[in-house]
Amino acid sequence: MSVWVFIEGTDSGPGESALEVLSKAASHGETVAIYLGEASEQVLAELGRYGASAVYVLTGGGGLPAAAVSITLAGLIEQESPEAVLFAQTYASRDVAGRLAARINRPVISNAVDVAFESGYRVTSELFGGTKLVETSFTAQGPALVLVRPKSFAAEPRGGTVGRVEEHRLPEAGHAGSAQVLGSKVEQSEGPQLSSAKVIISGGRGLGGAEAYSLIEEVAEPLGAATGATRAIVDAGWVPYSKQVGQTGKTVKPEVYIACGVSGAMQHLVGMKDSKRIVAINKDPEAPIFSVADLGIVGDVHNVLPKLAEVLREH
Amino acid sequence: MRIVVCVKQIPDPATPGKLDSETNRLIRPAEQILDDTDRYGIEVGLNLAEQTDGTVCLLSMGPSGTMQGIRQALAMGADQAVMVDDPSLEDSDALTTARVLAAAARRQGFDLVVTGVESTDGYSGVVPQMIAEFLEVPALTFARRVEMDGADLRIERQTASGFDDVRSGTPAVLSVTAGAVEPRYPTFRGIMAAKNKPIETMTAADLGVAQTSGQRVVSVEPAPERQGGEVVEDDGTGHLRIVEFLESAKVI
Ligand SMILES: Cc1cc2nc3c(=O)[nH]c(=O)nc-3n(C[C@H](O)[C@H](O)[C@H](O)COP(=O)(O)OP(=O)(O)OC[C@H]3O[C@@H](n4cnc5c(N)ncnc54)[C@H](O)[C@@H]3O)c2cc1C
Ligand SMILES: Nc1ncnc2c1ncn2[C@@H]1O[C@H](COP(=O)(O)O)[C@@H](O)[C@H]1O
Repeated sequence: MSVWVFIEGTDSGPGESALEVLSKAASHGETVAIYLGEASEQVLAELGRYGASAVYVLTGGGGLPAAAVSITLAGLIEQESPEAVLFAQTYASRDVAGRLAARINRPVISNAVDVAFESGYRVTSELFGGTKLVETSFTAQGPALVLVRPKSFAAEPRGGTVGRVEEHRLPEAGHAGSAQVLGSKVEQSEGPQLSSAKVIISGGRGLGGAEAYSLIEEVAEPLGAATGATRAIVDAGWVPYSKQVGQTGKTVKPEVYIACGVSGAMQHLVGMKDSKRIVAINKDPEAPIFSVADLGIVGDVHNVLPKLAEVLREH
Repeated sequence: MRIVVCVKQIPDPATPGKLDSETNRLIRPAEQILDDTDRYGIEVGLNLAEQTDGTVCLLSMGPSGTMQGIRQALAMGADQAVMVDDPSLEDSDALTTARVLAAAARRQGFDLVVTGVESTDGYSGVVPQMIAEFLEVPALTFARRVEMDGADLRIERQTASGFDDVRSGTPAVLSVTAGAVEPRYPTFRGIMAAKNKPIETMTAADLGVAQTSGQRVVSVEPAPERQGGEVVEDDGTGHLRIVEFLESAKVI
C-alpha cells in the first residue's frame, strides 16, 4: 500500500506546493509521485530528494489533459489500490481531482490543511473561510482523495532517490478530452515571489485606483518584498491574477505581511492569516483586518505609504 | 445554444454560518439569497444565449425555501428554472451534488453547462469538473473571458502564472471566474417578468439518483483565532511605527 501524490509539472519542474504535499506523504511511508510533464533527470532527482520512492510519468497529453489523466489514474488505482491520492490544491490539480473522483465514484476533500495517517485517513479541512476546522474520515473502500491547501506543510528534502520510474502514455479521451490549447501566456511578475518572499506587501481597493498600486511597489522595492493583491483589485483589472492572495488565490506565510487598504474579508484572510506577523493600514478603525494585525495603523495609504517608501530607501 | 446555468441559494454570508451542534449540519434558513459569484455565470450564459439565439435555464439543488435567490437570478433574464429539492439530498457532498446536477442537465438537454468556479459557502471548487466527467464532456474551467468562435467556444483560462487560450466545441461545461464579466442588475421589468417564469421542481427519484457518502465528519472545531495587537491612529508618524516593527521582526 502506498500514498500517491499527483504533480503537474511546470517549466521549472514540480511546483513548491506539490513538494510540500510530497514531503508530507513521504513522512508516512512509500510514496509514488505521479508526474505530468517532462521528467528530466533533474526532475526525478528532485522528486526523490523530497521523498518519492517511485515516479509514474504521464506523457503525451495534449490540450486540457485532465480527462485523459483521470482515465489513466483510474486504471492504475484499480490495479494497485493506493491508500490515498493527494493533490496540491492548484487549478490544474483541481481539474484532475474532480474528474477522477467522479470517475471512480469516491469523494474528494478540498481545502485540507492536515492529513493524519493513523487509523485510516483523517483529513482536517477549513470551512467558513477558515473559521472552522472539520475533521473527516473516509468510510467507503478505495483511495482517499484529498486536495491540500498550499503552505499547509513544509517542503523538506529527505535525501532519498527514486527507485522505480514507469512511463504511462495518456490515452485518447474522446470528446471529453477534445478542448485545444492554442497558446499560453505568462503574466507572472518578475522579482520576489509570493511563495517565498520574507515580506509581502498587498494592496486592496482602498488604494483608490490602478495607478496607486505603484505606492505598493515603491515600498516593496527597498524591502525586497513580493507584492500581492485582493480579489477586488484583480477583478477590477488593476493587477494580474498571479498576485491574488486568498481563498481563490495564493496562500502565503511570510515573516511579515503588510495589508494596505484591504478590508480583511474572510476570503482574503484565509490566504494570509498564518503569516508570522501582520501589519495593516486602513482608514476605517473598524476594518476586520485589524482583528488579525499585530500592528494596525488607522490612516490613509496615500499619506503613510510614500513616507514609508522614503524612509526605507534611506535605511 | 441551450444553456444551463448552475446557481446556488445560500444563507446570507453577512450572517455567519451555523452548524447544528448535534448533527454538524449547516442550518439553512428558509430565506436564502443567490450566491453572489453565480451572477457571473448567469451573465455569461445570457450573453452567449443572446449571441446564439439560445435559451438559459437555471439549475439549482437545495431547499427551495422562499425562492428569493432563484427569483433574483430569473430577474436577470433567464428563461426558466429547475430546482432539485429533496430532503434526502440534504448535506450532500460535492460528488452527490455533481451527480444530481449532471442528471438534471441531461434531462433538461444542454449544449453548455455554466457554473461558478467555487461557491461562497461550500467552496469545494470541484463540482464543475465532476459534472463534466459525469456528462463525458470537456471541462473549460476558470474562464476569465468567454466568446463564440464560429460554433466553438473560445476562452481565456486562468492559470497560476497567466492564462491559456482554449478552444472547444460543445457540449461542454464552462466554469467562470468572478471578473469575467460585469453582471447586469435586474431591471424593474425583469423583476416583474420573473414572477411568471416557469420553475419546475423535482426530486432525486425523478432523476434516478441517490445520495452516496464515502466520508464522515468526525469533529468540527473553531479554528485557532489570531489575536489582534496594537492599533494606532496615524498622526503623521505611522510610517515610523511600521519601520520600527520591521526592525524588530528583523526583516530590515
Ligand atoms: C467565493 C469567493 C472567493 C473569494 N476569494 C478571494 C480571494 O482569494 N482573495 C481576496 O482578496 N478576496 C476574495 N474574495 C472577495 C472578498 O470577499 C472581498 O470582496 C475582497 O477581499 C475585498 O477586497 P478589498 O479589501 O480590496 O476591498 P474592500 O472590501 O472594498 O476594502 C477596501 C478597504 O480599504 C479601506 N480604505 C479605503 N480608502 C482607504 C485609504 N485611502 N487608505 C486606507 N484604507 C482605505 C476601506 O476602509 C476598506 O476597508 C472572494 C469572494 C468570494 C465570494
Ligand atoms: N447545490 C448546487 N446547486 C447548483 N449549483 C451548484 C450547487 N453546488 C455547486 N454548484 C455550482 O458549482 C460551482 C462550484 O461549487 P463548489 O464546487 O461547491 O465550490 C458553483 O459556483 C455553482 O455554479
